[in-house]
Amino acid sequence: MTNNEFILEMNNISKEFPGVKALDNVTLKVRAGTVHAIMGENGAGKSTLMKCLFGIYEPDSGEIILNGKKISIKNSKEALDYGISMIHQELHPVRYRNVMENIWLGRFPMKKYSLFKLVDEKKMYQDTEELLAGLKIDIKPTELVKNLSASKIQYIEIAKAISYNAKIIIMDEPTSSLTENEVTHLFDLIRTLKKEGVSIIYISHKIDEIFEIADEVTIMRDGKVVGTWDTKELTEDKIISKMVGREMTNRFPIRNSKPGEVILKVENLTSPLPKSFKNVSFELRKGEILGIGGLVGSQRTELVEALFGLRSIASGRIFIKGKEVIIRSPIDAKKHGMALLTEERRSTGIFPDLNILENTTIANIKKYVNHFLLLNDRERKDDTKQMVNALKVKTPSLKTLIKDLSGGNQQKVLLARWLLTSPEILILDEPTRGIDVGAKYEIYTIMNELTMQGKSIIMISSEMPELLGMADRIMVMCEGYLSGILDKEEATEEKIMRLASKYTN
Amino acid sequence: MNNRIKNYLTQYAIYVVLILLIIGIAIKDPTFISLRVFRDILVQSSTRIIIALGAALVILIGGADLSAGRLVGLAAVVSASLLQMPDYPRRFFPDLPQLPLWIPILITILIGFGFGLLNGFVVSRFSVPPFIATLGTMVIVYGANSIYFNLPPNNSQPIAGLRKDFSELGTGGIFGIPYVIIIAVIITIIMWIVLNKTSFGKNLYAIGGNREAAVVSGVDVKRHILWLFALAGTLYTIAGILEAARTGGATNNYGNMYELDAIAACVVGGWSVSGGVGTVPGVVVGVLIFSVINYGLTFIGIDPYWQLIIKGIIIVSAVAVDIRKYLAKK
Repeated sequence: MTNNEFILEMNNISKEFPGVKALDNVTLKVRAGTVHAIMGENGAGKSTLMKCLFGIYEPDSGEIILNGKKISIKNSKEALDYGISMIHQELHPVRYRNVMENIWLGRFPMKKYSLFKLVDEKKMYQDTEELLAGLKIDIKPTELVKNLSASKIQYIEIAKAISYNAKIIIMDEPTSSLTENEVTHLFDLIRTLKKEGVSIIYISHKIDEIFEIADEVTIMRDGKVVGTWDTKELTEDKIISKMVGREMTNRFPIRNSKPGEVILKVENLTSPLPKSFKNVSFELRKGEILGIGGLVGSQRTELVEALFGLRSIASGRIFIKGKEVIIRSPIDAKKHGMALLTEERRSTGIFPDLNILENTTIANIKKYVNHFLLLNDRERKDDTKQMVNALKVKTPSLKTLIKDLSGGNQQKVLLARWLLTSPEILILDEPTRGIDVGAKYEIYTIMNELTMQGKSIIMISSEMPELLGMADRIMVMCEGYLSGILDKEEATEEKIMRLASKYTN
Repeated sequence: MNNRIKNYLTQYAIYVVLILLIIGIAIKDPTFISLRVFRDILVQSSTRIIIALGAALVILIGGADLSAGRLVGLAAVVSASLLQMPDYPRRFFPDLPQLPLWIPILITILIGFGFGLLNGFVVSRFSVPPFIATLGTMVIVYGANSIYFNLPPNNSQPIAGLRKDFSELGTGGIFGIPYVIIIAVIITIIMWIVLNKTSFGKNLYAIGGNREAAVVSGVDVKRHILWLFALAGTLYTIAGILEAARTGGATNNYGNMYELDAIAACVVGGWSVSGGVGTVPGVVVGVLIFSVINYGLTFIGIDPYWQLIIKGIIIVSAVAVDIRKYLAKK
């Protein structure tokens, strides 16, 4: 760190939303040419703070000083003009437009000599080619974005952020859809940018990434800053305890389950799509947690969605309790005692504008229809209450809209929804994604209890510790193939990683 | 191979439908394939294409513009009322002097532009969904048009006796090509350039495809929506003026339900009602399909009520096939 000047100071920023103090007197100081990580549980205020910096929110109080000058940022355009750009966590691109239009959106190069103001497509193409080549990204500028994989789309977002020639780049969970190699590539890019004097504000939940790339770390909790440290002063445990606000001794409950007979058997399941899962065979036992590991694009989600009847199958057989079953739709799957908690909680899980009661009972609604074809509300309320208590959902009432709950509590409600259908096989796709450490532990405990009751769980997870901590067996997928199954005792992070990249060149 | 043909057919479903329709009608009555018939169909389509191009702009951002038809009606009445022959006995403004042709046309276009701006203002400033905002405008425009139409001495009589130079615009031509076709072609080309070659058009596709992405990329979304509606309003008005010129008159019921035809043509032409997807040639083909149905089925003597049923089936099935392009394969 040659330059000790702060390029950016956000002093005493506060921001209140109806009922929530999202940011409480937050101060953040970023040095030029450094990577400054911001960590904290969900709801700690990291994204809100960044949205204030990028002009999406306007802070209620506080000041932003850029290069020693006080500025106010009213919208994203102004932020970009000040040399601040952002890679958004949950922003999808314009899918039916091509790569170059996505990158130069809002500032298309214009032809100089023409009657009308026309976009200079040639220049746009050349600029894009140059930009992508400089970043060693191999994507055609005229490719439609909808044809790109999630990680390539992420690259486009990164390229776009860099193309603003920004002095400060905010990266909100930039590695969420990148593979190991791509993360390495991204980190190389970040180091190059640092050398050019660019500051990176880096938000991530992944602690190992922070140690690898960040110079300084600011930890937030409940809308306040806990403190800022040099990364060298921190350890993983220190970060976690500062984020959670208490010592975390155990991240996982103790599992002493004894899996029983085979309840689900899958033979040579193959997708009709060429790049999807092929010849996957495995067994699931009663009371077992079977973890599924693998990189993004390993077709894990596609596999379980096919099991649940959401995708079609070209060949292969499924047996439940020894009997062959045909599952063409989620309705069939439910009949056979299966339940699926999807990966994307917000888009395919919750009904945001419905309350807890409706969200909990929706998958099991037929049970409550009485003789007059009306719903028996008392029974619904009783069942929901029982679930809310059993799963320790923190909510003011059953009438609370689910969108007003935290991520962890939303996930519990979704679990409750499926538990009411009395499933025997629960498929949980990334059950703790985007959930803070405390709530994670509670979800793990619930999973533990369910297997004690004899229910079986298939858990897809991208977090190694979670797989190693919770699963009885871990099956690893790679490029649609099942690359290996590891027993709890023999599994290590290295073995999982090796299997996960078995078929990638 | 089989799959390739299937893919090809889905990709170009609407063109296939158009060609099949023409072939089917021609088998029934071969005289359908003639220059005169094609010219008639194109003339009928011209104003519809102009209206549909306006409607497409609103569909592009995931909305629907219900005010299109009534703005066509308003433009027809206003332009006709200002462009009657001096010796016609029942003039709308008995003492109106002979204005140069472009003045009444400009006045009419400005009125449409103004109502378009109003739509855009309500949508962008108050975040009223386009469907509702334009529903309001539709009713208001019809009301205003009817009041105007009922002014003494006209008292809701159909306006007729249009000036020669004006009706020439709708019925005349150059080298045998009607002016209306030429105007429609020019507007189509301009709209193609606007949507594909200007930042305004590209930004509209982005706004329709992912509004948030456009906002954080620094696109002034509200301003774009404002001008989009103004442009749409202008297009409807131009179509209305041409309708009056072509038919030699106007009443306050001109253009009734045209907005639904325009929206149908767009969706049949491959425009996604959720926004962000669609092409100018798609609009043209969409309109042509309906014109061929209207004209062709009458040509071979099919009952107009049956035509409605066929039209309805085509709208739904064309979209059902076309939407397969966008469905995620699972």
